[in-house]
Amino acid sequence: MSQSHRLPRGGRIDRSRVLRFTFNGRPYEGFAGDTLASALLANGVTLVARSWKYHRPRGIVGSGVEEPNAVVQLETGAYTVPNARATEVELYDGLVASSVNCWPSPGFDLMSVARCFSRLMPAGFYYKTFMWPKSLWMKYEHFIRKASGLGTAPGEADPDSYDKMNAHCDVLVAGGGPAGLAAALTAAQAGARVIVADEQAEMGGTLLASRGCTIDGVPAAQWAEQAVRKLSAMPNVRLLPRSTVFGYHDYNFLTVAERRTDHLPVAARKGARERVWRVRAKQVVLAAGAIERPLVFGNNDLPGVMLASAVSRFTNRHGVRLGQRAVVFTNNDSAYQAALDLHAAGVEVAAVVDARASVLGALPTAARSAGIPVIERSVVVEARGGKRVAGAQVMALDASGERVQGAGRRIDCDLLAMSGGWSPAVHLHAQSNGKARYDEAKACFVPGMPAQAERSVGACNGSFDLESCLAEGSAAGAQAARLTGFDAAPSPAPKIEPATREQPLEPLWLVPSPQPPGHGPKQFVDPQNDVAASDILLAAREGYHSIEHVKRYTALGFGTDQGKLGNINGMAILAKALGQSIAATGTTTFRPNYTPQTFGAIAGPDLGELFEPIRKTAMHAWHEENGARFENVGQWKRPWYFPKAGEDLHAAVNRECLAARNAVAIMDASTLGKIDIQGPDAATFLNLVYTNAWSKLGVGRCRYGLMLDENGMVMDDGVTTRLGENHFLMTTTTGGAARVMAWLERWLQTEWPHFKVYLTSVTDHFATAAVVGPKSREVLKAVCKDIDFSPEAFPFMSYRDGTVAGVPAKVMRISFSGELAYEVNVAAHLGRHVWEALMQAGRPFGITPYGTETMHVLRAEKGFIIVGQDTDGSVTPVDLGMDWIIAKGKDFIGRRSLARSDTRRDDRKQLVGLLTEDPRTVLPEGGQIVKDASVPAPVPMLGHVTSSYFSAFLDRSIALAVVKAGSRRHGEEVQVPLADGRVIRAKIASPVFLDPEGARQNV
Amino acid sequence: MLIITCPWCGPRDQTEFAYGGEAHIVRPKDPDALTDEQWGDYVFMRKNVRGRHLEQWGHAYGCRRWFNVERDTVTYAIKSVYKPGESAPEEAK
Repeated sequence: MSQSHRLPRGGRIDRSRVLRFTFNGRPYEGFAGDTLASALLANGVTLVARSWKYHRPRGIVGSGVEEPNAVVQLETGAYTVPNARATEVELYDGLVASSVNCWPSPGFDLMSVARCFSRLMPAGFYYKTFMWPKSLWMKYEHFIRKASGLGTAPGEADPDSYDKMNAHCDVLVAGGGPAGLAAALTAAQAGARVIVADEQAEMGGTLLASRGCTIDGVPAAQWAEQAVRKLSAMPNVRLLPRSTVFGYHDYNFLTVAERRTDHLPVAARKGARERVWRVRAKQVVLAAGAIERPLVFGNNDLPGVMLASAVSRFTNRHGVRLGQRAVVFTNNDSAYQAALDLHAAGVEVAAVVDARASVLGALPTAARSAGIPVIERSVVVEARGGKRVAGAQVMALDASGERVQGAGRRIDCDLLAMSGGWSPAVHLHAQSNGKARYDEAKACFVPGMPAQAERSVGACNGSFDLESCLAEGSAAGAQAARLTGFDAAPSPAPKIEPATREQPLEPLWLVPSPQPPGHGPKQFVDPQNDVAASDILLAAREGYHSIEHVKRYTALGFGTDQGKLGNINGMAILAKALGQSIAATGTTTFRPNYTPQTFGAIAGPDLGELFEPIRKTAMHAWHEENGARFENVGQWKRPWYFPKAGEDLHAAVNRECLAARNAVAIMDASTLGKIDIQGPDAATFLNLVYTNAWSKLGVGRCRYGLMLDENGMVMDDGVTTRLGENHFLMTTTTGGAARVMAWLERWLQTEWPHFKVYLTSVTDHFATAAVVGPKSREVLKAVCKDIDFSPEAFPFMSYRDGTVAGVPAKVMRISFSGELAYEVNVAAHLGRHVWEALMQAGRPFGITPYGTETMHVLRAEKGFIIVGQDTDGSVTPVDLGMDWIIAKGKDFIGRRSLARSDTRRDDRKQLVGLLTEDPRTVLPEGGQIVKDASVPAPVPMLGHVTSSYFSAFLDRSIALAVVKAGSRRHGEEVQVPLADGRVIRAKIASPVFLDPEGARQNV
Repeated sequence: MLIITCPWCGPRDQTEFAYGGEAHIVRPKDPDALTDEQWGDYVFMRKNVRGRHLEQWGHAYGCRRWFNVERDTVTYAIKSVYKPGESAPEEAK
């Protein structure tokens, strides 16, 4: 029968709107206003999961974020959501969910055989059992994960989009329960800009589940509705329902996840699924509420054992009949409300079992008046039942309260409500750097001194009764508004009926058992992680005394609820075992995020093409039209190679290389970083940032420079041209442009502010075409008539202004290939025009466009380094064999470091060439170099391969490497062992494989 | 996330800034006069204070200027900001 466990009336549900859903493959119905949890309970589904370690049957325990068991896989395919708490999932039509932790179903679970072995799986069983022998750990882990895992991550790309929003406000209120609404009303009525975030669809918190309570004569739920109406009518208020404040960071920066579409049927979802609000609040009011504590007794994990607050909520708010006959077990007054709510709903309450003596508070009195038996000074030592609770075993406490005495008696029941008191949700306060302190009288951790502009009110401040929630909320709202410049006063205290004054609770962290520790049924502290009291006691016996260590040893507080349900009980049990106070034991660290957040929400829209800027040169479209394959270099898309029909990378690169060496080829060099340097001290500045000397460089001349960090290590290189007496154009590596710019700026501003030097990043101003090869001069002559290209008039390493293809150009005669070569720089918008003119002019010579791969081969043939490939931040110019570039008689950044004892060592790793024994074999870059791979491990490492290619021009493979004392080892044989067992033999050689005299470029 | 007051642009979100480490480290005028150890101190050794720290920040996604910040490494409270060349403020008692 559908919704067999629905009460005939009541609840904030719309009985006219039937919603169909599927759980573990079976169809059910619920009503609008249900959560998945309430709808399952309304259908009598109490067994929803198996526990992860012992595969014990588990039911719904809580009604909110603290729910440990009802963790489900929502939907399927790309829309699937792992580990959703059924208590937080709003029901919608067509919802599909399944249990995450059982196979094939929670009712018939093959892994439950693990229960038989539970004594063999104590705390730390992973470490004790499976870590030895170590080599088998990976195999064990695979099966453990399969047996225990939580949900399954989606295997397809996320089809949803996500949003981010920055917001500022005077007062952020975290939580829309009674305290939060009172704070928001007072602050907003004073004129402050207020944001209220609440995790539920409807604000009001516990007021929505209350029964018979009035505020100033208005039923509590109605009071909440009125408050929300008032707030939403105010232009200075932003209400964020379905929004969790999940992080509280420095300087009152808070992150709020707003779930915008998860409550809708999948097909009806439109727009961003979630929006993360990044809020800077001048003042913060924390009204996050409290989480009820379970009681730790035998078999307290049986389905049908629930928190008393969850019982009230499912009964009053969702109209669910949770059972036929209930027992309530408590150490405080608040649970009597659940007994009264059950009684009012027609559920028989067999007894309230109270650990305290002489229970005389208002709620217990009301319960007694209603005819509910109250059994004082007694405890439930064990829940009885198979897949559902069937009875409670009750025993009396002795005078000490530490032991049970007398004969036990069984009370039959199919619902066992429990309450061990309340734990204020101090998470956000703690995240804000506040330190929670233990309040002995209230037996809970409460917020300590604020570290930021925040205050906690209501239940999260340890003030659990409604009068205090409303009064503290209003006072805090007024205070926050005043501190942000508004004239505000707290509203007068409303009249609450009936009064909720309570008697104090008596802490009961671990229910005494008639059996010795470890022998009775398991008393669960953290059901999600299957951590029982015996595990914590064992950890203490084994020497784990820090709560942080016990957490990791037992897994207490891991998983989706992060200890919201069980941690405080666990800490108190540990404290007792260690004979110290709870305050001295302390809590584990409360870290963001308060609840699990999706990766989508964190990433927001910063995905794919929006993740990082994509930079394209002025010739990019031409490259695309001509079949270029691209590679990413920094943010740039650079042509990698230009394959012709049927060519692979190697065929194309061989052809491109031969064109550059034998005729002419052309490359887009626009991406090189370019920095315009001007000012009377420009040359002096260059002297300091480069290893070589710049003062005497003539106007119109170019020079290669090597830039070091102060540690003496190579950090960038490039050619700088002197455009005028006080004017230089520096080029940097493509990837290093921004870093070098920032580096130079910082030195100028902080160390040499008296220099008159001005830096401008001009990378994007120019498009650059490198024309390379013996025929490059002919090509340039064809498109440029106002420059004399004769070797005498335009020598190597010089620059001329001229007109190329009808437009102004700066032409540099520089070479990164060892060939005669020119780099033509024109205004970026003219780049494609000039590129096409050069292609046209080069056609008679077979001009060949080439990309970065050919550039790499050409430079490696000449032994030219790539900073960041052949260097790694631990390489000096001396290591590179570039002593010639280190000027004597002037200081520069990094110079003194080159004289340090370590940098002076002659057995440092030095740049060498490698020639493989088999000229067809190309070494893998990164390959480790050893003298003899056959010696027993560990084989001494000599260095590694940094660059490796097949050179078509030399008709053999070439490689660059850094090798210990390499400069002295030319001619020596070395070996490069590969992962597949092969060993490649090679000979150390000069890193310059081609034309060491430079004859090819001096023509 | 900090809010840092750039001396030229005013208060801005931390994401606009680059951290530069300890401030007031002066490059030695005559590096050759230093022993390896003294030079190593200049290049590598930095204070790791608990409390008041004088440090450099650059307004990388703003005016691109560097400046100094007096910040408490425990509370992250920024006590003052001042321009390069200006001396550090007196330590508040």
